[in-house]
Amino acid sequence: MSPDLLKLIFGRLGLESLPLHEPIVVGTFAVVALGGATLLAGLTYFRLWGYLWREWFTTVDHKRIGIMYMILGIVMLLRGFADALMMRGQQMLAFNGSEGYLNAHHYDQVFTAHGVIMIFFVAMPLVTGLMNYVVPLQIGARDVSFPFLNNFSFWMTVGGAVLVMASLFIGEFARTGWLAYPPLSNIGYSPDVGVDYYIWALQVAGVGTTLSGINLICTIVKLRCPGMTMMKMPVFTWTSLCTNILIVASFPVLTVVLALLSLDRYVGTNFFTNDFGGSPMMYVNLIWIWGHPEVYILVLPAFGVFSEVTSTFSGKRLFGYTSMVYATVVITILSYLVWLHHFFTMGSGASVNSFFGITTMIISIPTGAKMFNWLFTMYRGRIRYELPMLWTIAFMLTFVLGGMTGVLLAVPPADFVLHNSLFLIAHFHNVIIGGVVFGAFAGINYWFPKAFGFKLDVFWGKLSFWFWVVGFYLAFMPLYVLGLMGVTRRLRVFDDPSLQIWFVIAAIGAFLVFLGILCMLMQFAVSFLKREQLKDVTGDPWDARTLEWATSSPPPDYNFAFTPVVHDNDAWWDMKKRGYQRPLTGFRPIHMPSSTGTGIILAGFATAMGFGLIWYIWWLAAGSFIAMLVVGIGHTFNYHRDFDIPAEDVIRTEDARTKLLAGAK
Amino acid sequence: MSRLKILALLPLAAALSGCNYVVLAPAGDIAAQQRDLVIISTVLMLLIVVPVMALTVLFAWRYRQSNTSARYEPDWDHSTKLELVIWSAPLLIIICLGALTWMGTHLLDPYRTLGRIKAEQAVDQSKAPLEVDVVALDWKWLFIYPDYGIATVNDLAAPVDRPIKFRITASSVMNSFYIPALAGQIYAMPGMETKLHAVVNHPGTYKGFSANYSGAGFSGMHFNFQGLDDKGFDAWIASAKSAGGSLGRAEYLQLEKPSQNEPVRRYGTIDSDLYRLILNMCVETGKMCQSEMMAIDAKGGNGHEGLNNTLPLAYDKYARRGSPLGPEPTFVAGTCTPDAPQGKTTASITAPTDTAPLLGAGLRRPTFTPLKSSSFFLGQRPKSDS
Repeated sequence: MSPDLLKLIFGRLGLESLPLHEPIVVGTFAVVALGGATLLAGLTYFRLWGYLWREWFTTVDHKRIGIMYMILGIVMLLRGFADALMMRGQQMLAFNGSEGYLNAHHYDQVFTAHGVIMIFFVAMPLVTGLMNYVVPLQIGARDVSFPFLNNFSFWMTVGGAVLVMASLFIGEFARTGWLAYPPLSNIGYSPDVGVDYYIWALQVAGVGTTLSGINLICTIVKLRCPGMTMMKMPVFTWTSLCTNILIVASFPVLTVVLALLSLDRYVGTNFFTNDFGGSPMMYVNLIWIWGHPEVYILVLPAFGVFSEVTSTFSGKRLFGYTSMVYATVVITILSYLVWLHHFFTMGSGASVNSFFGITTMIISIPTGAKMFNWLFTMYRGRIRYELPMLWTIAFMLTFVLGGMTGVLLAVPPADFVLHNSLFLIAHFHNVIIGGVVFGAFAGINYWFPKAFGFKLDVFWGKLSFWFWVVGFYLAFMPLYVLGLMGVTRRLRVFDDPSLQIWFVIAAIGAFLVFLGILCMLMQFAVSFLKREQLKDVTGDPWDARTLEWATSSPPPDYNFAFTPVVHDNDAWWDMKKRGYQRPLTGFRPIHMPSSTGTGIILAGFATAMGFGLIWYIWWLAAGSFIAMLVVGIGHTFNYHRDFDIPAEDVIRTEDARTKLLAGAK
Repeated sequence: MSRLKILALLPLAAALSGCNYVVLAPAGDIAAQQRDLVIISTVLMLLIVVPVMALTVLFAWRYRQSNTSARYEPDWDHSTKLELVIWSAPLLIIICLGALTWMGTHLLDPYRTLGRIKAEQAVDQSKAPLEVDVVALDWKWLFIYPDYGIATVNDLAAPVDRPIKFRITASSVMNSFYIPALAGQIYAMPGMETKLHAVVNHPGTYKGFSANYSGAGFSGMHFNFQGLDDKGFDAWIASAKSAGGSLGRAEYLQLEKPSQNEPVRRYGTIDSDLYRLILNMCVETGKMCQSEMMAIDAKGGNGHEGLNNTLPLAYDKYARRGSPLGPEPTFVAGTCTPDAPQGKTTASITAPTDTAPLLGAGLRRPTFTPLKSSSFFLGQRPKSDS
């Protein structure tokens, strides 16, 4: 075949794009391919494809979508953490003239992929999953406002993750750092597919995130059950509302800035180039106008989880509900006024720097107030040390340290000596692991019995907890120390042998965290095997306070047979106290949305379009785009959008629960 | 104050002796002041962080479920007094820290000339500072000493107790110029200039490097910075001069090509206009300098005709590819206009040379020129005379 024809069909994709020269990648590919083949064969053998497609892939049920988000987050955590282990290994070995085991081409992809995956495809799915699962239940709704959109959002997020994973085996990922600053990320200095993978993975996933944000805002604003005024909403719902407002207001900025970068790369515009009036500084500003709110997008839901957990396990109303809500709102607003603190060293004047430094410090006031509120919720409580509460205590002790170093970095002259150093790395892992990840794990342990009807195993849970916490401190305290020695981030080799010991300690810490992750997987497996022992029939295993515990575990498709009526912000606690009787008769048919495969098909085409654009396979990109339009318009003619669960089915489900509850007594 | 500092340092020093905590024990006055700010801020925050952590542990222990002797008040969820405390305690700390930040940021602004050499020694205004022009290349550092007519690669030296004025730019991508022992870092960006004023107080050899990832050779992009006494510095200059070698436009274009782990190089003579050309991205002959473009644009620009004043770019920065769908890469061709802004100095921020503690009056107010309404509507900015 002529080269022109090949180019027309395959773009710049060729055999040489496969990283056959990288033994590590080839080995990984072999393992993944083997595992993947086994999984696919298993699914086929047990005839599970139809079940998966009907019950999960095409579902519009917020609970199942929430669970799928969590699974995505945990699967991607394994990938992102593998990158972390590789980095720690490289930095531990590359001393005394040794080059370590990763070359620059590979190592630079590893740290870029680690950041991108951990933020976009681990932390985001975990918090979105929790919100998706819990929020409708907490506000007494049947589902989210736009159930089909919810399914579509999820599959777009998966599409982005698929593109990132594809870059491991087909071509390469960006070698720019996780925010891809130009000019380095421009076509002049990164001519390969790496940055294009970065752009299209984030664009595809970003559509999903934005739409899911709109969906959840609408849900919280419009679908609260009678009696639940804004100031009677559970705190987790409040933090979710603020997070989704942040998403809707900030993700379009990311979309636009990446679109401008792709214009530079694809059609030769000069937004962020060095010449023709382009300004890389504009990119840095724009990406952080998205990037700083993103931090709060991640951490606010975690704050919500901790509020629910602290109050439940202290057996006490949350202290200072009102100030908690206002603190959340203040953080939401302030998070837009601090972005410049990420680049004090770019030469802004002293007045600009101090303005942004001080606004950053001001955020610590509402955050501090929250910390005190949790503290005084514990005060005069009866604290039960179940797994979610353990994570919460670990969070409270860890997060204040991270907060302190964060405020320190907000002092511009201090930042001049610590910017981009390992001190900074230690700081943001301190808040993201100590805040977001611990929060996600607290949430998983807390709501797991709600989602599956049995609790998680305590032994493996505690093992995982201790490995994570000890591992975290061992991995990141040395980085604070190294930062004070003036060691900068993203270095591949070192020449000062006295630093090595600290990197060895950090690598040991990372390995302990790895054991923590394995224990967590073990915890899921053991709990599944022991599900009869760990069974919860009451629907309220923790003696909790909010509405999601009023229904069965797992909840029926329709969540609540009758929409509850709320009189207090601890609605379920209040119902229990007033001797609430579950209605046993008078059930009526329930109106529900129908499943549809359109979401996964649209997201599939969007992913194919991204792949086509990355490799310059123009026919694929154009074809997929047209296919998306056709499928999207076609879906508007689908009138089978909803159905009614017949009253008999509702009666059957509710009677079964009545029997279970009677048996439990 | 200094006693407080020492106290705060003690546990650190005890635990970590034997390692080189350059950020906590720098050799330059600016870095030392930045270190002080790091320590003072940390101590200030520990005032609230330590009680919070202690209370967390205390409450977690005291109110455990098995301790039935502790009070249990399941409905206690509000206390106005307590709310006042929990909002105002952090607020007070932030007010102190904010004031410190405002002062510190202005005093340690890297663009501001030095007012003092060290704590009790003001700058001698009669002596000019040492000027060094810094260029971050792929992946090495070029230092030009305009007053001495020499240049070095990956080798920097300065006399002890003489203020240094760095002008910093880059050839291709973003880097960050950082010598932890001397002063905080500042980005080096192509086509733009950042500044740094600093002084080294103790002779010695210190590490300098790029603190912003810039591509494959980033790890090897470091250099030694030597603080020398006057005699040593003169000898260093003389040795560079005698090293021969000359750095002109052609040699620079050769040097600029990406290379990793470069050894030290010295050039005895240099093209005195080189730094300006690098900054304005017009070392290649035939390219229009940015300063020239800006001068033309300030006078209204070349209009539509300007669009045609480009030439195809065949070879630029060694990695350049055209975008797949866009036009072929071009550059703006030089024209024969006088390069207007050449020699025009930009405004600088001058520090008072007085070591007395600053009471807020020490910062000069920026001059304020009211906008004329006509110039406002025409979109022209008034010329600043500061």
